[in-house]
Amino acid sequence: MKVRAFTSALAVSCGLLLGGPALAADVVIGDLDDFSGLYADVGGNGGVEAIKMAISDFGGTVLGRKVSVLTADHQNKPDIGASKFREWADQNGLNVLLGGSNTGVNIAMAKVAGAKKVPIFHIGPGGASLTNEDCTAYSVHYVYDTTALANGTATAIVAEGGKTWFYLTADYAFGTQLQAAASKVVEEHGGKNVGAVRVPLSAADFSSFLLQAQGSGAQVLGLANAGEDFTNSLKAANEFGITKKMKPAALLAFITNIHSLGLQTAQGLYLTTGFYWDLNDQTRAFAKRYFAKMQKMPTMDQAGFYSATLTYLKAVKAAGTTDSDKVMAELKKTKINDMFAKDGYIRADGVMIHDMYVMRVKSPQESKYAWDYYKLVKQMPGEEAFGPITGLCPLAPKK
Amino acid sequence: MRPPPGGGRQLTHARPVTEIFGIPVSVIFGQLMLGLVNGSFYAMLSLGLAVIFGMMRIVNFAHGAFYALGAFGALFGLEWLGINYWVALVVSPLLVGLLGVVLERLLLRHIHGLDPLYGLLMTFGLALVIEGTLHQFFGASGRSYPVPAALEGVVNLGFMILPLYRAWVIVASLAVCFGTWWVIERTRLGATLRAATENAPLVQAFGVNVPLLVVATYGGGVALAALAGVLSAPVILVNSQMGSSVVIVVFAVVVIGGMGSILGSIISGLLLGVVEGFTKVIYPEASNIVVFVIMALVLMVRPAGLFGKE
Repeated sequence: MKVRAFTSALAVSCGLLLGGPALAADVVIGDLDDFSGLYADVGGNGGVEAIKMAISDFGGTVLGRKVSVLTADHQNKPDIGASKFREWADQNGLNVLLGGSNTGVNIAMAKVAGAKKVPIFHIGPGGASLTNEDCTAYSVHYVYDTTALANGTATAIVAEGGKTWFYLTADYAFGTQLQAAASKVVEEHGGKNVGAVRVPLSAADFSSFLLQAQGSGAQVLGLANAGEDFTNSLKAANEFGITKKMKPAALLAFITNIHSLGLQTAQGLYLTTGFYWDLNDQTRAFAKRYFAKMQKMPTMDQAGFYSATLTYLKAVKAAGTTDSDKVMAELKKTKINDMFAKDGYIRADGVMIHDMYVMRVKSPQESKYAWDYYKLVKQMPGEEAFGPITGLCPLAPKK
Repeated sequence: MRPPPGGGRQLTHARPVTEIFGIPVSVIFGQLMLGLVNGSFYAMLSLGLAVIFGMMRIVNFAHGAFYALGAFGALFGLEWLGINYWVALVVSPLLVGLLGVVLERLLLRHIHGLDPLYGLLMTFGLALVIEGTLHQFFGASGRSYPVPAALEGVVNLGFMILPLYRAWVIVASLAVCFGTWWVIERTRLGATLRAATENAPLVQAFGVNVPLLVVATYGGGVALAALAGVLSAPVILVNSQMGSSVVIVVFAVVVIGGMGSILGSIISGLLLGVVEGFTKVIYPEASNIVVFVIMALVLMVRPAGLFGKE
């Protein structure tokens, strides 16, 4: 008995001695997203898969340390997102957080990023306030924001003659910011904002709100919502014959939304996206690998999860450390070139400037193969899409 | 937060219209109609809940999940087997009702006669399992179910365009609701059912198979939920969460109508659909909570609900 106790003690201490130095802490990437609600198919498990693809493409390790992933469902609740982020930062050695959908949750998480000095890449949220009033020195807004969406879609529709707008707005930070951005663009281009109705998130029925939109007599129905709310409202608008009189504007739509609506319903919609699988050989190659795993084409968010993970790991490698300040400095001076962005760069306020694409949804006749959904209307240079620095973020004074 | 330009809820009108309290009459009629459509779903769902609670004293939290299963049944019947809407309207509730029967025999039977809390917890667990399974296999994105060809198109009511299908929803649900009410309140079978709730041993002594009645009641209530699911499939996108978003409202409807009161659940379902519709015009931000505010008020004034007996 004594002998056995001794040998096991020896074995344990040998293990500690041998394993100790080699067991350097993992580089930990966190992903807090909606995994069960209305935005789950925009990022969700597909986003996690994209992160894993990026880690494996990078070789699985950086600076000799294994790269691991933590994921959790924030359930679209800011308090859950913020407390999980804090927990990971305090107890799990989190090095970077990738924030999934929901602007409200991401605003709460950005505050934690500032306090804990952990970089946060906002992948899923749209709210431009994340790089304005709510910016931190550790924030990167990676895929798209409400300014870029409005500059893309609203500009294209006003140019086509859609001058008067009525908005169906998701009643939280994202919806109101998107409506504000679109309203600004509409007015700048000589259009008029007639009114808006604020709809609770995940409303079961949109027909009442749509009837109010129709009563406004506006030419354009601005859908300042996303995910399931977007698909449900557009579906109802079709059913009630509202799209015959008003032109619907998808201020934020993802390819999975178009897929569930079907081209018959979605055809002719204008939308703005940061990524489309069928843009070039590189995007098609990524999409093919992703499709093999998920049986769906990647949304711009899921492509963004992939790209952001790679960008972070490259920066860690170049900086030779996971120290947040040094990695942030590295991030802000390097150009981003991968299948997602060409010569993208992270501006002082945290916006990742890259080209955005204004698309028109094809008709069933135009679509030649599975997931052939978009026709490119305009490739917007990053500076045009994301607009000039506003000066609202203290890190980036207005020039 | 920046206030959105043009924000608020103001409506501008191209032409002068008749108004009541500043709301155009056409909008009022439109909302009344839509409220009735939504109320029809509430009525049908709360009816099933009321029947199950009235007969079995089980607060069936899995009701929303069965509603979702009904819709999924129709969707996959169409996609995999080519079963059309009209067949699905019968087959899907039957299958889901059968599943309810199996679950009653396997699980709920054991907690019969215990505090209703046990039933609530068990059915809540069931709901999580069913919705989780649907979510695991089909994801969170909704799938659209086509409107059956015979009900495509719209009726122009003058004040609004009403899709034919929504009109059908009102008619079908009213027929089902009052049919159920009639069976329970006006037939011999219904009388036996009600008697079995009051005094099961005595009814059993008359030679009635009470456990069979109970299991049939549960199966029937569940089938009603599935039927509502099939009816709603062409209206909303079919997704795993469709039940959980509606079931809470439906519970409030049942509480307002009076737990176990059949007529109460039908009338309060329709009524609350209409109230919710008007809230969407007057103060849209509150449309998600208005039902619960009413529930709180009703509980304060009449704790047994509007049509409750106790």
